[in-house]
Amino acid sequence: MTASKDSENFDVIIVGAGPAGSAAALVTARAGLKVLLIERGEYPGAKNVSGAVFYGSAILEKLIPNWWEDAPVERHVTRRDLVLLSPTTSISLDFRSSSAGYVEPPYNGFTILRPKFDRWFAEQAEAAGAFLLCSTVVDDVIREDGQVVGVKVRRDEGEIRGDVVIACDGVNSWLARKAGMQRDLHTHELSLGVKEVIGLDEAAIRERFQLSGDEGMALEYVGAVTGNVHGGAFLYTNKNSLSLGVLGQLSSLVEQKTRPYDLLEGFKSHPAIAPLVRGGTLREYSAHLIPEAGWYMFPQLFSDGMLVAGDAAGFCLATGLYIEGINYAMQSGLAAGQTAVEACKRREYSRYTLSLYMDVLRERHVLTDFRAYRHAPKFVNGERLQNVYPEMAARASESLFRVDGSRKQKLLPLYWRTLRQVGAKPHHVVQDLFQVARAYLW
Amino acid sequence: MVMTTHEEKMRTARFRVDDTPHIVVDGEKCRSCAVKSCITVCPAGLFVGLDDGTVLFNYENCFECGACFYVCAEEGALSWSYPKGGFGVTFRES
Repeated sequence: MTASKDSENFDVIIVGAGPAGSAAALVTARAGLKVLLIERGEYPGAKNVSGAVFYGSAILEKLIPNWWEDAPVERHVTRRDLVLLSPTTSISLDFRSSSAGYVEPPYNGFTILRPKFDRWFAEQAEAAGAFLLCSTVVDDVIREDGQVVGVKVRRDEGEIRGDVVIACDGVNSWLARKAGMQRDLHTHELSLGVKEVIGLDEAAIRERFQLSGDEGMALEYVGAVTGNVHGGAFLYTNKNSLSLGVLGQLSSLVEQKTRPYDLLEGFKSHPAIAPLVRGGTLREYSAHLIPEAGWYMFPQLFSDGMLVAGDAAGFCLATGLYIEGINYAMQSGLAAGQTAVEACKRREYSRYTLSLYMDVLRERHVLTDFRAYRHAPKFVNGERLQNVYPEMAARASESLFRVDGSRKQKLLPLYWRTLRQVGAKPHHVVQDLFQVARAYLW
Repeated sequence: MVMTTHEEKMRTARFRVDDTPHIVVDGEKCRSCAVKSCITVCPAGLFVGLDDGTVLFNYENCFECGACFYVCAEEGALSWSYPKGGFGVTFRES
Protein backbone atom coordinates (compact mmCIF):
# COMPACT_ATOMS: atom_id res chain seq x y z
CA MET A 1 0.00 0.00 0.00
CA THR A 2 1.24 3.46 -0.77
CA ALA A 3 -0.21 6.08 1.46
CA SER A 4 1.75 9.27 1.03
CA LYS A 5 0.85 12.46 2.80
CA ASP A 6 -1.62 13.87 0.36
CA SER A 7 -2.97 10.73 -1.26
CA GLU A 8 -5.11 9.37 1.49
CA ASN A 9 -6.62 10.39 4.77
CA PHE A 10 -8.55 8.01 6.99
CA ASP A 11 -11.19 9.06 9.48
CA VAL A 12 -9.90 6.51 11.97
CA ILE A 13 -6.65 4.55 12.17
CA ILE A 14 -6.67 1.64 14.60
CA VAL A 15 -3.38 0.02 15.54
CA GLY A 16 -3.65 -3.67 16.48
CA ALA A 17 -6.32 -6.15 15.36
CA GLY A 18 -7.03 -7.86 18.68
CA PRO A 19 -10.42 -7.75 20.41
CA ALA A 20 -10.11 -4.03 21.20
CA GLY A 21 -8.95 -3.00 17.73
CA SER A 22 -11.46 -5.07 15.79
CA ALA A 23 -14.31 -3.90 18.05
CA ALA A 24 -13.33 -0.29 17.41
CA ALA A 25 -13.01 -0.98 13.67
CA LEU A 26 -16.40 -2.70 13.56
CA VAL A 27 -18.31 0.13 15.21
CA THR A 28 -16.58 2.94 13.29
CA ALA A 29 -16.91 1.16 9.92
CA ARG A 30 -20.59 0.53 10.55
CA ALA A 31 -21.03 4.24 11.15
CA GLY A 32 -19.82 4.77 7.60
CA LEU A 33 -16.35 6.09 8.47
CA LYS A 34 -13.23 5.38 6.44
CA VAL A 35 -11.35 3.03 8.76
CA LEU A 36 -7.88 1.50 8.61
CA LEU A 37 -7.06 -1.42 10.93
CA ILE A 38 -3.32 -2.15 11.08
CA GLU A 39 -1.92 -5.47 12.32
CA ARG A 40 1.76 -6.42 12.61
CA GLY A 41 1.19 -10.19 12.42
CA GLU A 42 0.67 -11.99 9.14
CA TYR A 43 -2.97 -12.33 10.21
CA PRO A 44 -4.97 -10.97 13.17
CA GLY A 45 -4.30 -13.16 16.20
CA ALA A 46 -0.93 -14.42 14.95
CA LYS A 47 0.85 -12.61 17.80
CA ASN A 48 -1.88 -12.94 20.40
CA VAL A 49 -2.03 -15.19 23.44
CA SER A 50 -4.67 -15.47 26.17
CA GLY A 51 -5.83 -18.27 28.48
CA ALA A 52 -8.40 -18.05 27.02
CA VAL A 53 -11.95 -17.63 28.22
CA PHE A 54 -13.99 -14.89 26.60
CA TYR A 55 -16.64 -13.69 29.06
CA GLY A 56 -18.11 -11.01 26.82
CA SER A 57 -20.62 -13.05 24.87
CA ALA A 58 -23.50 -10.74 25.77
CA ILE A 59 -21.46 -7.71 24.64
CA LEU A 60 -20.76 -9.25 21.26
CA GLU A 61 -24.34 -10.49 20.93
CA LYS A 62 -25.48 -6.87 20.73
CA LEU A 63 -23.20 -6.30 17.74
CA ILE A 64 -23.44 -9.63 15.98
CA PRO A 65 -26.60 -11.61 16.85
CA ASN A 66 -25.89 -15.32 17.44
CA TRP A 67 -22.19 -14.65 16.85
CA TRP A 68 -21.14 -18.01 18.36
CA GLU A 69 -22.87 -19.93 15.56
CA ASP A 70 -20.43 -18.46 13.07
CA ALA A 71 -17.34 -17.83 15.19
CA PRO A 72 -14.59 -20.34 16.02
CA VAL A 73 -15.50 -20.95 19.66
CA GLU A 74 -14.42 -24.01 21.62
CA ARG A 75 -16.79 -24.66 24.56
CA HIS A 76 -19.27 -22.57 26.58
CA VAL A 77 -18.21 -22.45 30.21
CA THR A 78 -20.63 -23.98 32.71
CA ARG A 79 -18.10 -25.04 35.37
CA ARG A 80 -15.53 -22.92 37.17
CA ASP A 81 -13.16 -24.08 39.86
CA LEU A 82 -11.00 -22.00 42.12
CA VAL A 83 -8.31 -24.31 43.50
CA LEU A 84 -5.88 -23.80 46.39
CA LEU A 85 -2.76 -25.92 46.25
CA SER A 86 -0.10 -27.15 48.63
CA PRO A 87 2.65 -29.34 47.13
CA THR A 88 0.66 -32.46 47.87
CA THR A 89 -2.94 -31.36 48.36
CA SER A 90 -5.65 -29.33 46.66
CA ILE A 91 -8.94 -27.91 47.84
CA SER A 92 -11.38 -26.32 45.48
CA LEU A 93 -14.44 -24.20 45.25
CA ASP A 94 -16.39 -25.93 42.53
CA PHE A 95 -19.02 -23.95 40.70
CA ARG A 96 -21.27 -25.56 38.12
CA SER A 97 -24.53 -24.31 36.78
CA SER A 98 -27.28 -25.49 34.49
CA SER A 99 -29.15 -22.21 34.82
CA ALA A 100 -30.16 -20.43 31.66
CA GLY A 101 -27.45 -17.78 31.98
CA TYR A 102 -24.80 -20.46 31.57
CA VAL A 103 -26.26 -23.14 29.32
CA GLU A 104 -28.46 -21.13 26.98
CA PRO A 105 -27.62 -18.47 24.40
CA PRO A 106 -25.94 -16.06 24.59
CA TYR A 107 -24.11 -18.12 27.27
CA ASN A 108 -21.79 -16.61 29.87
CA GLY A 109 -18.39 -17.30 28.37
CA PHE A 110 -16.59 -19.39 25.79
CA THR A 111 -13.15 -20.93 25.70
CA ILE A 112 -11.43 -19.70 22.55
CA LEU A 113 -8.10 -19.94 20.73
CA ARG A 114 -6.99 -16.41 19.96
CA PRO A 115 -5.33 -16.91 16.55
CA LYS A 116 -8.64 -18.32 15.30
CA PHE A 117 -11.03 -16.04 17.18
CA ASP A 118 -9.16 -12.79 16.49
CA ARG A 119 -8.94 -13.63 12.82
CA TRP A 120 -12.69 -14.17 12.65
CA PHE A 121 -13.45 -10.99 14.60
CA ALA A 122 -11.25 -8.87 12.31
CA GLU A 123 -13.11 -10.37 9.34
CA GLN A 124 -16.35 -9.01 10.80
CA ALA A 125 -14.80 -5.55 10.92
CA GLU A 126 -13.67 -5.98 7.31
CA ALA A 127 -17.16 -7.09 6.29
CA ALA A 128 -18.45 -3.87 7.85
CA GLY A 129 -16.15 -1.90 5.56
CA ALA A 130 -12.92 -1.46 7.54
CA PHE A 131 -9.68 -1.80 5.58
CA LEU A 132 -7.36 -4.37 7.19
CA LEU A 133 -3.62 -4.01 6.62
CA CYS A 134 -1.60 -6.95 7.98
CA SER A 135 2.17 -7.54 8.27
CA THR A 136 2.67 -3.88 9.12
CA VAL A 137 4.40 -2.48 12.19
CA VAL A 138 3.50 0.99 13.44
CA ASP A 139 6.57 2.67 14.93
CA ASP A 140 5.31 6.09 15.94
CA VAL A 141 2.58 8.67 15.65
CA ILE A 142 2.70 11.72 13.39
CA ARG A 143 2.19 14.92 15.33
CA GLU A 144 1.42 18.41 14.10
CA ASP A 145 1.08 21.28 16.59
CA GLY A 146 0.69 18.76 19.40
CA GLN A 147 -2.15 16.99 17.62
CA VAL A 148 -1.80 13.33 16.57
CA VAL A 149 -2.66 13.27 12.86
CA GLY A 150 -1.59 9.80 11.79
CA VAL A 151 0.95 7.00 12.20
CA LYS A 152 4.38 6.10 10.89
CA VAL A 153 4.61 2.53 9.62
CA ARG A 154 7.78 0.57 8.95
CA ARG A 155 7.36 0.56 5.16
CA ASP A 156 8.45 2.74 2.27
CA GLU A 157 6.49 5.99 2.19
CA GLY A 158 5.42 5.00 5.64
CA GLU A 159 3.14 7.81 6.74
CA ILE A 160 -0.57 7.26 6.99
CA ARG A 161 -2.81 10.10 8.07
CA GLY A 162 -6.04 9.86 10.00
CA ASP A 163 -8.21 12.14 12.12
CA VAL A 164 -8.38 9.83 15.13
CA VAL A 165 -5.73 7.25 16.06
CA ILE A 166 -6.76 4.45 18.43
CA ALA A 167 -3.87 2.52 20.00
CA CYS A 168 -4.92 -1.10 20.61
CA ASP A 169 -1.39 -2.43 20.30
CA GLY A 170 -1.32 -4.57 23.39
CA VAL A 171 0.38 -4.64 26.77
CA ASN A 172 3.69 -3.18 25.56
CA SER A 173 1.96 -0.32 23.70
CA TRP A 174 4.97 1.45 22.27
CA LEU A 175 2.51 3.74 20.58
CA ALA A 176 1.03 5.07 23.82
CA ARG A 177 4.58 5.58 25.07
CA LYS A 178 5.76 7.28 21.89
CA ALA A 179 2.76 9.58 22.15
CA GLY A 180 3.75 10.38 25.73
CA MET A 181 0.55 8.91 27.14
CA GLN A 182 2.04 5.97 29.07
CA ARG A 183 5.04 5.86 31.42
CA ASP A 184 7.52 2.98 31.62
CA LEU A 185 5.88 0.01 33.30
CA HIS A 186 7.33 -1.65 36.40
CA THR A 187 8.05 -5.34 36.72
CA HIS A 188 5.60 -5.69 39.62
CA GLU A 189 2.79 -4.45 37.36
CA LEU A 190 3.29 -7.17 34.78
CA SER A 191 2.90 -10.92 34.87
CA LEU A 192 4.47 -13.30 32.43
CA GLY A 193 2.20 -16.08 31.25
CA VAL A 194 3.57 -19.24 29.70
CA LYS A 195 1.10 -21.60 28.16
CA GLU A 196 0.68 -24.90 26.41
CA VAL A 197 -2.12 -26.18 24.26
CA ILE A 198 -2.29 -29.92 24.82
CA GLY A 199 -4.22 -32.08 22.42
CA LEU A 200 -6.63 -34.49 24.09
CA ASP A 201 -9.43 -36.66 22.79
CA GLU A 202 -12.89 -35.05 23.01
CA ALA A 203 -14.38 -38.02 24.87
CA ALA A 204 -11.58 -37.91 27.44
CA ILE A 205 -12.21 -34.20 28.03
CA ARG A 206 -15.92 -34.76 28.64
CA GLU A 207 -15.26 -37.63 30.99
CA ARG A 208 -12.41 -36.05 33.00
CA PHE A 209 -14.17 -32.76 33.51
CA GLN A 210 -17.71 -34.16 33.74
CA LEU A 211 -19.00 -32.18 30.81
CA SER A 212 -21.62 -32.99 28.26
CA GLY A 213 -21.79 -31.81 24.67
CA ASP A 214 -20.07 -28.49 24.14
CA GLU A 215 -19.96 -27.55 27.82
CA GLY A 216 -16.61 -26.34 29.05
CA MET A 217 -14.72 -25.73 32.26
CA ALA A 218 -12.35 -23.10 33.58
CA LEU A 219 -10.03 -23.95 36.48
CA GLU A 220 -7.84 -21.38 38.20
CA TYR A 221 -5.16 -22.21 40.73
CA VAL A 222 -3.27 -20.40 43.46
CA GLY A 223 -0.70 -21.57 46.00
CA ALA A 224 2.15 -23.99 45.78
CA VAL A 225 2.08 -24.28 41.99
CA THR A 226 4.23 -21.18 41.62
CA GLY A 227 6.53 -21.91 44.58
CA ASN A 228 7.56 -18.59 46.08
CA VAL A 229 6.77 -16.75 42.88
CA HIS A 230 3.66 -14.57 43.00
CA GLY A 231 1.25 -15.88 40.43
CA GLY A 232 -1.21 -18.58 39.61
CA ALA A 233 -2.18 -21.09 37.01
CA PHE A 234 -5.11 -21.98 34.79
CA LEU A 235 -6.54 -24.89 32.87
CA TYR A 236 -9.32 -24.46 30.32
CA THR A 237 -11.08 -27.05 28.20
CA ASN A 238 -11.26 -26.58 24.44
CA LYS A 239 -13.05 -28.86 21.97
CA ASN A 240 -10.26 -31.38 21.63
CA SER A 241 -7.44 -29.77 23.55
CA LEU A 242 -6.64 -28.19 26.91
CA SER A 243 -5.16 -24.74 27.36
CA LEU A 244 -3.06 -24.57 30.48
CA GLY A 245 -0.49 -22.20 31.78
CA VAL A 246 1.24 -20.50 34.65
CA LEU A 247 1.42 -16.77 35.40
CA GLY A 248 4.26 -15.27 37.37
CA GLN A 249 4.69 -11.66 38.43
CA LEU A 250 7.75 -10.46 36.57
CA SER A 251 9.44 -8.88 39.59
CA SER A 252 8.87 -12.02 41.57
CA LEU A 253 10.30 -14.34 38.88
CA VAL A 254 13.40 -12.15 39.00
CA GLU A 255 13.65 -12.22 42.80
CA GLN A 256 13.15 -15.96 43.02
CA LYS A 257 15.35 -16.61 39.97
CA THR A 258 12.72 -18.96 38.63
CA ARG A 259 12.35 -19.86 34.98
CA PRO A 260 8.73 -19.65 33.83
CA TYR A 261 8.75 -22.91 31.90
CA ASP A 262 10.02 -24.81 34.94
CA LEU A 263 6.90 -23.64 36.79
CA LEU A 264 4.79 -24.93 33.90
CA GLU A 265 6.34 -28.39 34.14
CA GLY A 266 5.86 -28.35 37.91
CA PHE A 267 2.21 -27.48 37.43
CA LYS A 268 1.59 -30.36 35.05
CA SER A 269 3.19 -32.83 37.43
CA HIS A 270 1.19 -31.71 40.50
CA PRO A 271 -0.99 -34.59 41.76
CA ALA A 272 -4.13 -32.51 41.19
CA ILE A 273 -3.25 -31.72 37.57
CA ALA A 274 -1.37 -34.77 36.28
CA PRO A 275 -4.49 -36.98 35.93
CA LEU A 276 -6.26 -34.23 33.98
CA VAL A 277 -3.57 -33.88 31.33
CA ARG A 278 -2.40 -37.50 31.15
CA GLY A 279 -2.01 -38.91 27.65
CA GLY A 280 -2.17 -35.49 25.97
CA THR A 281 0.27 -34.26 23.35
CA LEU A 282 1.82 -30.82 23.21
CA ARG A 283 0.52 -28.81 20.28
CA GLU A 284 1.82 -25.33 20.94
CA TYR A 285 3.88 -23.50 23.55
CA SER A 286 3.53 -19.73 23.86
CA ALA A 287 4.15 -16.78 26.17
CA HIS A 288 2.79 -13.29 26.73
CA LEU A 289 2.84 -10.45 29.25
CA ILE A 290 -0.28 -9.46 31.17
CA PRO A 291 -0.92 -5.98 32.60
CA GLU A 292 -2.12 -6.75 36.12
CA ALA A 293 -2.00 -3.57 38.15
CA GLY A 294 -5.33 -2.32 36.79
CA TRP A 295 -6.41 1.11 37.97
CA TYR A 296 -2.89 2.14 38.99
CA MET A 297 -1.26 1.52 35.62
CA PHE A 298 -3.77 3.25 33.34
CA PRO A 299 -2.16 5.57 30.81
CA GLN A 300 -3.60 8.90 29.84
CA LEU A 301 -6.57 7.42 27.96
CA PHE A 302 -7.20 10.27 25.51
CA SER A 303 -5.19 13.11 24.04
CA ASP A 304 -5.43 15.40 21.02
CA GLY A 305 -6.29 13.04 18.17
CA MET A 306 -5.62 9.80 20.03
CA LEU A 307 -7.28 7.18 22.26
CA VAL A 308 -5.87 4.09 24.00
CA ALA A 309 -7.85 0.84 24.51
CA GLY A 310 -7.48 -2.83 25.49
CA ASP A 311 -4.30 -4.17 27.11
CA ALA A 312 -2.52 -1.05 25.84
CA ALA A 313 -4.63 0.82 28.41
CA GLY A 314 -4.10 -1.83 31.10
CA PHE A 315 -7.73 -3.00 30.92
CA CYS A 316 -7.12 -6.44 32.37
CA LEU A 317 -8.99 -7.18 35.59
CA ALA A 318 -6.84 -9.52 37.68
CA THR A 319 -8.45 -9.80 41.08
CA GLY A 320 -8.09 -13.46 41.87
CA LEU A 321 -11.87 -13.89 41.58
CA TYR A 322 -11.79 -12.59 38.03
CA ILE A 323 -9.07 -12.73 35.43
CA GLU A 324 -10.76 -10.97 32.57
CA GLY A 325 -9.25 -9.06 29.71
CA ILE A 326 -10.92 -9.83 26.40
CA ASN A 327 -14.31 -8.50 27.49
CA TYR A 328 -12.79 -5.23 28.73
CA ALA A 329 -10.69 -4.99 25.57
CA MET A 330 -13.85 -5.26 23.54
CA GLN A 331 -15.81 -2.82 25.69
CA SER A 332 -13.02 -0.25 25.59
CA GLY A 333 -12.59 -0.75 21.83
CA LEU A 334 -16.29 -0.08 21.38
CA ALA A 335 -16.09 2.95 23.66
CA ALA A 336 -13.14 4.32 21.67
CA GLY A 337 -14.99 3.60 18.43
CA GLN A 338 -18.13 5.40 19.62
CA THR A 339 -16.02 8.36 20.69
CA ALA A 340 -14.31 8.48 17.29
CA VAL A 341 -17.68 8.38 15.52
CA GLU A 342 -18.89 11.35 17.56
CA ALA A 343 -15.64 13.26 16.97
CA CYS A 344 -15.84 12.67 13.23
CA LYS A 345 -19.45 13.82 13.20
CA ARG A 346 -18.45 17.08 14.90
CA ARG A 347 -15.15 17.28 12.96
CA GLU A 348 -13.43 18.04 16.24
CA TYR A 349 -10.53 15.85 17.30
CA SER A 350 -9.14 17.74 20.25
CA ARG A 351 -8.75 16.24 23.69
CA TYR A 352 -11.85 18.10 24.80
CA THR A 353 -14.00 16.22 22.31
CA LEU A 354 -12.20 12.93 22.83
CA SER A 355 -12.65 13.15 26.61
CA LEU A 356 -16.10 11.77 25.83
CA TYR A 357 -14.24 8.43 25.88
CA MET A 358 -14.18 8.56 29.69
CA ASP A 359 -17.97 8.86 29.86
CA VAL A 360 -18.49 5.96 27.48
CA LEU A 361 -15.96 3.84 29.41
CA ARG A 362 -18.01 4.47 32.54
CA GLU A 363 -21.29 3.68 30.78
CA ARG A 364 -19.78 0.43 29.59
CA HIS A 365 -18.67 -0.35 33.17
CA VAL A 366 -14.99 -0.47 32.34
CA LEU A 367 -13.78 2.33 34.60
CA THR A 368 -16.39 1.54 37.25
CA ASP A 369 -15.31 -2.12 37.52
CA PHE A 370 -11.62 -1.26 37.69
CA ARG A 371 -12.24 1.43 40.26
CA ALA A 372 -14.33 -0.91 42.40
CA TYR A 373 -11.60 -3.56 42.42
CA ARG A 374 -8.64 -1.18 42.46
CA HIS A 375 -7.24 -2.60 45.72
CA ALA A 376 -7.49 -6.23 44.64
CA PRO A 377 -4.47 -6.75 42.34
CA LYS A 378 -1.96 -5.58 44.93
CA PHE A 379 -3.53 -7.81 47.55
CA VAL A 380 -3.73 -10.81 45.22
CA ASN A 381 -0.05 -10.49 44.39
CA GLY A 382 0.86 -9.95 48.04
CA GLU A 383 3.24 -12.28 49.83
CA ARG A 384 0.82 -13.95 52.23
CA LEU A 385 -2.10 -14.44 49.91
CA GLN A 386 0.29 -15.95 47.39
CA ASN A 387 2.48 -18.12 49.51
CA VAL A 388 0.95 -18.56 52.93
CA TYR A 389 -2.84 -18.79 52.97
CA PRO A 390 -3.52 -21.19 50.08
CA GLU A 391 -0.96 -23.60 51.43
CA MET A 392 -2.28 -23.14 54.95
CA ALA A 393 -5.83 -23.95 53.86
CA ALA A 394 -4.66 -27.04 51.99
CA ARG A 395 -2.53 -28.20 54.96
CA ALA A 396 -5.31 -27.61 57.46
CA SER A 397 -7.61 -29.71 55.30
CA GLU A 398 -5.04 -32.49 55.32
CA SER A 399 -5.29 -32.59 59.13
CA LEU A 400 -9.04 -32.02 59.15
CA PHE A 401 -9.86 -35.04 57.00
CA ARG A 402 -7.21 -37.37 58.37
CA VAL A 403 -8.40 -40.06 60.77
CA ASP A 404 -5.53 -41.72 62.62
CA GLY A 405 -6.90 -42.35 66.08
CA SER A 406 -5.59 -39.11 67.56
CA ARG A 407 -7.85 -36.53 69.15
CA LYS A 408 -10.00 -34.47 66.76
CA GLN A 409 -9.23 -30.79 66.85
CA LYS A 410 -11.94 -28.22 66.41
CA LEU A 411 -11.53 -25.75 63.58
CA LEU A 412 -10.21 -22.69 65.36
CA PRO A 413 -7.27 -24.36 67.11
CA LEU A 414 -6.56 -26.35 63.96
CA TYR A 415 -6.36 -23.27 61.75
CA TRP A 416 -4.47 -21.37 64.43
CA ARG A 417 -1.83 -24.07 64.67
CA THR A 418 -1.49 -24.37 60.92
CA LEU A 419 -1.21 -20.62 60.67
CA ARG A 420 1.69 -20.63 63.12
CA GLN A 421 3.31 -23.54 61.28
CA VAL A 422 3.38 -21.66 58.01
CA GLY A 423 4.78 -18.62 59.78
CA ALA A 424 1.91 -16.12 59.68
CA LYS A 425 1.70 -13.54 62.47
CA PRO A 426 -1.67 -12.81 64.13
CA HIS A 427 -1.53 -9.08 63.36
CA HIS A 428 -0.88 -9.90 59.69
CA VAL A 429 -4.01 -11.99 59.61
CA VAL A 430 -6.06 -9.13 61.00
CA GLN A 431 -4.50 -6.75 58.49
CA ASP A 432 -5.20 -9.14 55.64
CA LEU A 433 -8.80 -9.66 56.66
CA PHE A 434 -9.24 -5.92 56.41
CA GLN A 435 -7.51 -5.93 53.02
CA VAL A 436 -9.78 -8.71 51.77
CA ALA A 437 -12.82 -6.84 52.93
CA ARG A 438 -11.66 -3.60 51.35
CA ALA A 439 -10.71 -5.29 48.09
CA TYR A 440 -13.80 -7.45 47.65
CA LEU A 441 -16.66 -6.65 50.02
CA TRP A 442 -17.56 -2.99 49.70
CA MET B 1 3.86 -36.40 25.66
CA VAL B 2 2.67 -34.19 28.48
CA MET B 3 5.96 -33.50 30.24
CA THR B 4 8.18 -31.79 27.73
CA THR B 5 11.68 -30.38 27.60
CA HIS B 6 12.23 -26.78 26.69
CA GLU B 7 13.56 -27.86 23.29
CA GLU B 8 10.39 -29.82 22.58
CA LYS B 9 8.28 -26.82 23.53
CA MET B 10 10.20 -24.49 21.25
CA ARG B 11 9.79 -26.81 18.28
CA THR B 12 6.01 -26.26 18.35
CA ALA B 13 6.05 -22.54 17.57
CA ARG B 14 6.53 -21.17 14.05
CA PHE B 15 9.02 -18.41 13.32
CA ARG B 16 9.69 -16.40 10.19
CA VAL B 17 13.14 -15.02 10.77
CA ASP B 18 14.07 -11.56 9.54
CA ASP B 19 17.71 -10.87 8.57
CA THR B 20 17.85 -7.94 10.93
CA PRO B 21 17.54 -8.69 14.65
CA HIS B 22 14.67 -6.82 16.36
CA ILE B 23 16.34 -7.08 19.77
CA VAL B 24 20.02 -6.28 20.10
CA VAL B 25 22.01 -7.11 23.22
CA ASP B 26 25.31 -5.43 23.91
CA GLY B 27 26.88 -8.37 25.73
CA GLU B 28 29.85 -6.30 26.90
CA LYS B 29 27.56 -4.06 28.95
CA CYS B 30 26.17 -7.16 30.65
CA ARG B 31 29.57 -7.79 32.31
CA SER B 32 28.79 -5.26 35.02
CA CYS B 33 25.23 -6.56 35.51
CA ALA B 34 25.06 -8.62 38.67
CA VAL B 35 21.59 -10.06 38.19
CA LYS B 36 21.25 -10.92 34.48
CA SER B 37 17.51 -11.42 34.93
CA CYS B 38 16.96 -11.75 31.18
CA ILE B 39 18.43 -15.25 31.41
CA THR B 40 15.85 -16.18 34.04
CA VAL B 41 12.67 -14.69 32.64
CA CYS B 42 12.91 -15.24 28.88
CA PRO B 43 10.16 -17.80 28.21
CA ALA B 44 12.00 -18.95 25.11
CA GLY B 45 15.34 -19.31 26.94
CA LEU B 46 17.19 -17.20 24.36
CA PHE B 47 19.71 -15.57 26.70
CA VAL B 48 22.87 -17.45 27.61
CA GLY B 49 25.36 -16.24 30.20
CA LEU B 50 28.98 -16.91 29.30
CA ASP B 51 31.87 -17.54 31.67
CA ASP B 52 33.46 -14.19 30.87
CA GLY B 53 30.37 -12.38 32.19
CA THR B 54 28.93 -11.41 28.84
CA VAL B 55 25.48 -12.45 27.64
CA LEU B 56 24.73 -14.09 24.33
CA PHE B 57 21.33 -13.61 22.73
CA ASN B 58 19.66 -15.23 19.74
CA TYR B 59 16.64 -13.32 18.42
CA GLU B 60 15.40 -16.00 16.06
CA ASN B 61 12.95 -17.88 18.31
CA CYS B 62 11.61 -14.84 20.16
CA PHE B 63 7.97 -14.67 21.32
CA GLU B 64 8.15 -10.83 21.33
CA CYS B 65 6.66 -10.75 24.84
CA GLY B 66 8.81 -7.90 26.16
CA ALA B 67 9.87 -9.53 29.45
CA CYS B 68 13.61 -8.98 28.81
CA PHE B 69 13.00 -5.29 28.13
CA TYR B 70 11.36 -4.73 31.53
CA VAL B 71 13.83 -6.72 33.61
CA CYS B 72 17.01 -5.41 31.98
CA ALA B 73 18.96 -3.66 34.72
CA GLU B 74 21.85 -2.32 32.66
CA GLU B 75 21.27 0.99 30.92
CA GLY B 76 21.65 0.63 27.15
CA ALA B 77 22.48 -3.08 27.17
CA LEU B 78 19.33 -4.07 25.36
CA SER B 79 17.48 -2.35 22.54
CA TRP B 80 14.02 -3.64 21.85
CA SER B 81 11.55 -3.36 18.99
CA TYR B 82 9.06 -5.58 17.21
CA PRO B 83 10.25 -7.50 14.14
CA LYS B 84 9.32 -6.16 10.71
CA GLY B 85 5.66 -6.73 9.81
CA GLY B 86 4.81 -10.36 9.06
CA PHE B 87 8.09 -11.60 10.56
CA GLY B 88 8.78 -13.18 13.93
CA VAL B 89 6.54 -15.60 15.76
CA THR B 90 3.20 -16.80 14.42
CA PHE B 91 0.88 -18.57 16.84
CA ARG B 92 -1.74 -20.90 15.44
CA GLU B 93 -3.53 -22.26 18.49
CA SER B 94 -2.79 -20.13 21.51
